[in-house]
Amino acid sequence: MSNRNKILFMIPYLLWIILFVILPILLILWYSLTNQSQQFTLANFELFFHNGTFLKMMLNSFWYAFLITFVTLLVSYPAAYFLTKMKNQQIWLLLIILPTWINLLLKAYAFIGILSNSGLANQFLQLFGIGPVNILFTDFSFIFVATYIEIPFMILPIYNAIKEINPVIIQASEDLGASKWQTFKYVLWPLSWSGVESGIQAIFIPSLSLFMLTRLIGGNRVITLGTAIEEYFLTTMNWNMGATIGVVLIILMVAVMLLTGSKIKRKKVDL
Amino acid sequence: MGVNNMKIIELKHVKKVYDDGFVALNDINLEIESGKFYSLLGPSGSGKSTILRIIAGFSRPTEGEVYFDGKDITDLDPAKRQINTVFQNYALFPHLNVFENVAFGLKIKKMPLNEIKPLVKEALHTVRLDGYANREISELSGGQQQRVAIARAIVNKPKVLLLDESLSALDKRLRKEMQFELRAIQEKLGITFIFVTHDQEEALSMSDEIFVLNDGKIEQNGTPVDIYDEPINNFVARFIGDSNILPGRMIKDFEVEFANKRFQCADAGMKPNERVEIVIRPEDLDITEPEKGKLVVIAKTQLFLGDHFEIKALDSDENEWLIHSTNGCELNEPIGLFFDPEDIHVMRKHESQEDFDARLESYEGERDE
Repeated sequence: MSNRNKILFMIPYLLWIILFVILPILLILWYSLTNQSQQFTLANFELFFHNGTFLKMMLNSFWYAFLITFVTLLVSYPAAYFLTKMKNQQIWLLLIILPTWINLLLKAYAFIGILSNSGLANQFLQLFGIGPVNILFTDFSFIFVATYIEIPFMILPIYNAIKEINPVIIQASEDLGASKWQTFKYVLWPLSWSGVESGIQAIFIPSLSLFMLTRLIGGNRVITLGTAIEEYFLTTMNWNMGATIGVVLIILMVAVMLLTGSKIKRKKVDL
Repeated sequence: MGVNNMKIIELKHVKKVYDDGFVALNDINLEIESGKFYSLLGPSGSGKSTILRIIAGFSRPTEGEVYFDGKDITDLDPAKRQINTVFQNYALFPHLNVFENVAFGLKIKKMPLNEIKPLVKEALHTVRLDGYANREISELSGGQQQRVAIARAIVNKPKVLLLDESLSALDKRLRKEMQFELRAIQEKLGITFIFVTHDQEEALSMSDEIFVLNDGKIEQNGTPVDIYDEPINNFVARFIGDSNILPGRMIKDFEVEFANKRFQCADAGMKPNERVEIVIRPEDLDITEPEKGKLVVIAKTQLFLGDHFEIKALDSDENEWLIHSTNGCELNEPIGLFFDPEDIHVMRKHESQEDFDARLESYEGERDE
């Protein structure tokens, strides 16, 4: 294919990426660097980094995103591993993907029903004479529901990564005397890391800016950068401060991507 | 290297039946002595790799026991066996470099790095990969990956090294080279090698002893020369080398009839007039003038194969004869075939290895008297 044709094929996507990715980012950057009378200023960033509230929100976002990612990984890795050993893997995969076809808002409302004081969860607890316990609008319910929603996005890349490992390599590790744990630590985990990495990126980064779940399930008790952005754009109408938080978030996301994607340099040995 | 005749591995009545009912191994009994080079030779599906997997511990026999150094290891984990494997497609760790691959087994044993280094260096030297320690696996050729796989296994100083079709992924020239090298490595280390292959040439050239397998059973075991010269049955004769196999009749000891003629032979111990099969190797047939030959045949095709001609000829009964000869001949003309009594090998039908060995012993002793 000639170079001209290649460019021709790229035009639709280039237009897309310019209109809907690059321009919006530039716009956000513009807003973050100006005040409401459209004068250039660094005041927004100054406020962000000097006002403890924003830094606390940032830490909060990180902490919750970390918790969600960590719990999701804890549930998903063993699930993905055993999935590769199952019969009828296609059916199991379908069952895992199926919930992602349901609208997020719908799922959130379903959980409100399940977790509320008169919901299924409390009805079940009452069978043992417990409760009603306040489950909804707690950190627990927020992380629980977020994890539930993210699990398929963690299982799939890990499943694919483990599936690609030649099973004979696992046997080779055992043949060389490695226990099950050592085989996991030195062979299975490093070889499936690419899947774990995509899973972390697919979950941690969006989790930094969750806002719908924080409202509906977290009951506004959980304040993250996502909720703050929503607040500034829709409630207080201070687009400049909202954009500033957005820029900080983008920088954080890039940092996370670089961090998870970086390869450890191997030490050379002298024999 | 002192050859001691210590039994290191023994399989007793080992049977392996898979979930779908396929009988992979049927009552395998074999003994492996330490310090020797063994080959398990057979077509695919004959059970040779299953035996290897059972010795390595990746597969449990359905029935029977496996002994190592006199101890029952039938249910022992592969990690706890003093046996290492060189896998078919090497199964090197792709995320580790050469040094880390070779050091893997030692690192697992928590050996300190300063003790690991000289051992890895020695192992890499043995497989002639000095200076490759810091290479990535993906930078290596197939032959070099093969060597890393061998180094990774021998660095642990196993008592037995298992090699699963280890040369089959290499091209022909490299394979020949590695055959010599494997044999040299085995002799240098003095440990037992068990080599699985479907390539009879490979087995013949490297082994002290060969087990020929078919349909989950050991058809014959012995030295390469024994197996080539005295195949026990039709399968072994066909599988090892080229052969002319004809139906015949044992007239009496040392006299056999085939192709409607009687010949002196070197076999005995059968019933008079017993139906047998005779084997003559194509390279044992010499072409002479028709009147000097023991048999007269007509050459039909002739291929020049570089170091010899491969001639296919028919006798008056339409039996096909395969002849390997350094000289060519005229096609569609009668030629004489000459062979010595020792070149005729007589096989009984359905003879077990014990009976076969006993019979050979009985008349070979008789002839010596």
